[in-house]
Amino acid sequence: MDFLNALVAFSNYVLIPAVAYGSQLALGALGVTLIYGILRFSNFAHGDTMAFGTMVTILFTWWFQSMGINLGPLPTALLALPFGILGTMILVLITDRMVYRFYRKQKAAPVIFVMVSLGVMFILNGLVRFIIGPGDRRFADGERFIMTAREFKHMTGLKEGLALKTTQGITVVTAVLVVIALFWFLNRTRTGKSMRAFSDNEDLALLSGINPERVVVYTWMIVAALITIAGVLYGLDKSFKPFTYFQLLLPIFASAIVGGLGNPIGAIAGGFVIAFSEMTITYAWKKVLVYLMPESLEPSGLVQLLSTDYKFAVSFVILIIVLLFRPTGLFKGKSV
Amino acid sequence: MIVVEDVSKHFGGFRAVDGATMQIAEGSITGLIGPNGAGKTTLFNVIAGVLKPTGGRVTMQGEDITGLPPHELFHKGLMRTFQIAHEFSSMTVRENLMMVPGGQSGEALWNTWFHRGRIAQEEAALLKKADEVLEFLTIDHLKDEKAGNLSGGQKKLLELGRTMMVDAKIVFLDEVGAGVNRTLLNTIGDAIIRLNKERGYTFVVIEHDMDFIGRLCDPVICMAEGKVLAEGTLDEIKANEQVIEAYLGTGLKNKVKEEAAG
Repeated sequence: MDFLNALVAFSNYVLIPAVAYGSQLALGALGVTLIYGILRFSNFAHGDTMAFGTMVTILFTWWFQSMGINLGPLPTALLALPFGILGTMILVLITDRMVYRFYRKQKAAPVIFVMVSLGVMFILNGLVRFIIGPGDRRFADGERFIMTAREFKHMTGLKEGLALKTTQGITVVTAVLVVIALFWFLNRTRTGKSMRAFSDNEDLALLSGINPERVVVYTWMIVAALITIAGVLYGLDKSFKPFTYFQLLLPIFASAIVGGLGNPIGAIAGGFVIAFSEMTITYAWKKVLVYLMPESLEPSGLVQLLSTDYKFAVSFVILIIVLLFRPTGLFKGKSV
Repeated sequence: MIVVEDVSKHFGGFRAVDGATMQIAEGSITGLIGPNGAGKTTLFNVIAGVLKPTGGRVTMQGEDITGLPPHELFHKGLMRTFQIAHEFSSMTVRENLMMVPGGQSGEALWNTWFHRGRIAQEEAALLKKADEVLEFLTIDHLKDEKAGNLSGGQKKLLELGRTMMVDAKIVFLDEVGAGVNRTLLNTIGDAIIRLNKERGYTFVVIEHDMDFIGRLCDPVICMAEGKVLAEGTLDEIKANEQVIEAYLGTGLKNKVKEEAAG
């Protein structure tokens, strides 16, 4: 019984939140990795593009809510999501036309692209704050729980409760669907294959008659969809605040690099590695240990290795460890 | 067919190609020889749109193609292979070939959803063609191998195969025989002659193997230090003093002459 209680407590506080957070990071890291693999630079504006996409989705959600349109138990944001994606696609395509294309024509070095994306980041940063403000916004509605802790206790008779939030369920289901769609696209369609070919060997792709501008446009569109979905899922699960999204850049990049830049499978694995490490290291294990240990050995402290304030440090430590021992990431990616 | 007029390409102060002028006749197999660093590959890169020339003009069938990007030249029927074989290493040999003909319906995202039938048809035709090409090049047993795992010589064959996937008009082969054994080299030579005779491809071949050049090429153009030195049949080129000097340097040339004289 004690063992079951420990397991439930672990699932409730570590496993389920980490899976949800990991899925969000994985979607974000997929975007970073696609841009790195195909457009060949690290896009620092990623976090703020994510904030922009989420903002557009929130504005549509509010509009739908004001008109009384909703999805019943599901959050209205899901209905607004396609509009958010469309808005983000338009934004990134405009940025590409106005900014990145100029540097692509010059065949600028990757480091110049990185600095340029930094500039784009600051502009988007301001734009988002200008439109929706810097404050915390909640936009989740509908049913809050798939299963509450009380229902679970009642059902199983255990002392520990297991809550499953609707947003966590939606996150995992959506992430799985998006990843399947993305891999189908990359491996089965001709557009996807030309994107892979372009990432594999740019010179040869050009000589095979693949139009680079077209590949670039599709890449941006896919990335826009991926990060808007990631941003909205994160916002539903927690809340939307522009600064948090800017900070998300760090674990997202860590995920992409840990997994191996340019490698989509790596990005997903990296997302989960980072999420699980953050959760396990910042969780106070007392609750779980109390069930598992004999009374005399029960911990008196919280058994929390690191305060949650330092959770971003965890991503960096993992990043450094992985880069020291496997510079191309866990899965073979391009070296940084 | 291709006219190169006074093309030069400078990298800073270094003149890799320095006022090269040549004409490539339709239906010919033109050999391009010259010592290392003569600017042959740079000239290829300029013609194929990888590098922008510092000066000069390239025309193809009367049309100015100077500085057009590679993928547009591809659609005009101009193809090339690389000195160091390029391949999409994470794709299979067959997929590599099927990647070639750009501008398929499947490349427009819209069509992947709404014209599935047409795409399936195109893909089936491509698959058939790729298998034919692989058989022609005698590497059909490797079709499902990842291209990154091929040997150097097999990659060269794959490069040649790529040009066979579409009806190219002119193909630039950059040291297609480098690092390839004799038997394989003969296979490549046969393939080039057949493509030239049967499908009317024009070839320009950079090669250091003079037997290979002698078997295939007429005329032969010799370059040195970014300039065109001489043009003619291989025997004429071999007899040309300037060419011997470019290859051997003045001292060695005199020695060779002395030995020949007495």
